[in-house]
Amino acid sequence: MTVKPSAVPNHKRKTLLPYLLILPTFVFVALFTAWPTLLAIYESFFRQRLNIARFREPTFIGLQNYATLFTDDRFHQVVNNTLIYALGTVPVSIVLGFLFALLVNRSLKGIGWARLAFFHPALLPMVSAATVWKFFFTPDYGLFNSTIRFLGYHGAENWTGNPSLALLAIMLVAMWKNSGYYMLFYLAGLQNLPTDVYEAAALDGANGWQTLWRITFPLLRRTTVFISTIAFIDAFRTVDHIFVLTSGGPSRASTVLLYYLWQLRFENQDIGLSAALTVLFVAVLLVFTITNFIVSERAEEN
Amino acid sequence: MTQKTFLNRVWYWLTIGILLSLAIVWAMPLLWALVASVRPFSEPMQHGDIWFGSTVTLENFRRAWSLAPFDKYYINTIIVVLMILGVQVVTVTMAGFAFAHYQFFGKKWLFIFVLLQMMIPTTALLAPNFGTIRTLGLFDTRLAIAIPYFGSAFGTFLMRQAFLGVPRDLVDAGIIDGCSWWQLVRHIYLPPSIPSLIAFGISSAAWHWNEFLWPLVVTNSDASRPLTVGLVRFTQLGEIGARWSLLAAATLIVVAPLLLAFLIFQRRFIQSFIHSGIK
Repeated sequence: MTVKPSAVPNHKRKTLLPYLLILPTFVFVALFTAWPTLLAIYESFFRQRLNIARFREPTFIGLQNYATLFTDDRFHQVVNNTLIYALGTVPVSIVLGFLFALLVNRSLKGIGWARLAFFHPALLPMVSAATVWKFFFTPDYGLFNSTIRFLGYHGAENWTGNPSLALLAIMLVAMWKNSGYYMLFYLAGLQNLPTDVYEAAALDGANGWQTLWRITFPLLRRTTVFISTIAFIDAFRTVDHIFVLTSGGPSRASTVLLYYLWQLRFENQDIGLSAALTVLFVAVLLVFTITNFIVSERAEEN
Repeated sequence: MTQKTFLNRVWYWLTIGILLSLAIVWAMPLLWALVASVRPFSEPMQHGDIWFGSTVTLENFRRAWSLAPFDKYYINTIIVVLMILGVQVVTVTMAGFAFAHYQFFGKKWLFIFVLLQMMIPTTALLAPNFGTIRTLGLFDTRLAIAIPYFGSAFGTFLMRQAFLGVPRDLVDAGIIDGCSWWQLVRHIYLPPSIPSLIAFGISSAAWHWNEFLWPLVVTNSDASRPLTVGLVRFTQLGEIGARWSLLAAATLIVVAPLLLAFLIFQRRFIQSFIHSGIK
């Protein structure tokens, strides 16, 4: 009996099958990731505004949309807000997540409830969470304001309506929502740590802090790198709470990149400018994920 | 020595105290929403009076439901989630299998191409994708909400990893026995990979249940609007204003299923969330 070609391990004979199996995934990625990226690049070279009659048809204007963005104070403010938002929420949420993980990493009756208390915000839709926080931030009788007043704060109370507090308000909601999620990864990491290292440290007379900073934290470095990656991407792409709490205001004080992109496209109906912003946004995300990938590969080698 | 045990004990109770207070602070929004939702509608909140009212009532839930068609929003959300899940299970299994099992020309580049979707979040592309939805004539349909997610780079990646972990001997045995590609998937690759598929399914369902911005952009009527978009519209209704007990009830209507599912399948949920961190 001759061996059928299909019996060759790995199915090495030439066949269309693997391509057909990948085809559906390929089509959807092409249609909703690759094509829109190319389309945005193309559209960014044209002026087209759907709500202004004489700009309704696209006109080629080269790089003018980019020039408009880069010289626009509003854009500068939005970039600034985005940086503050990301550089503020990400480290704080990660530190809180680490702290929560240390606190709940013990076997104690009822510890499951504590874990649930920290983790449940991650499950809620951001818009629902923000709706509840809207009440918290209510001036006068809102719970957040009542509490910080009780703790001795006597400043402005209209958090979402105050230009210097609105961005902080949406950052607080994000921190509350995300830190319990990051806790999970640290908790998984803590529970997989080798115990013999700790025994050795205890024999050497290391105290609690030394063990924490010299052993636990370095051993969890890969977890931290991983969490930072997802945290930064999330900071760039979650703007749902802004819709509920501040609508980007007052006077753009809490507008971040993605929210601005939404405004340009769906409020101003500005196809060209929103396309240019999409291109910049995608470029930033790509540079970030690729750099991150290279860094974590290197961390793996060490 | 006694001093040391004393200090240890102080430290122990200190951390318990910190843990308890932080846990209470973190749970406060949900606890408050629960309490506020059963407060009588006729008793608006005011300074110093923001918890229980004179009685406990479910009228806020009835009233919220009569002001907005939450039943329609529910159906829309469930259909969208199931549609995405149903298609994804098939596409990620097929693509994951192809990338794990076959050697073929262009494999590496095709894989990188698919992974692009993990590097560029779909939300970032909402402006041009909105144009595509218009061109396809899908605007204001449930399909419009779901279709960008029918292919999943993350799911493909996860399934490929799971399939690569299946022992080579087992696969070879299947090939020698004359299994077709479908039988290989069905009887050899899938059984040990089911946990990965479930983890992916749970995280995908939770993710799309909660999604807001994309559905907001591609829907325009209650016929296609999901819960999240419905809730935000509800909060912006003129007559709602500062009726916090009503808002709390509406919020709970939206979050209840996920919270209940979580309480029932807690362990599984947590595993899936850790598993799917890349999302």
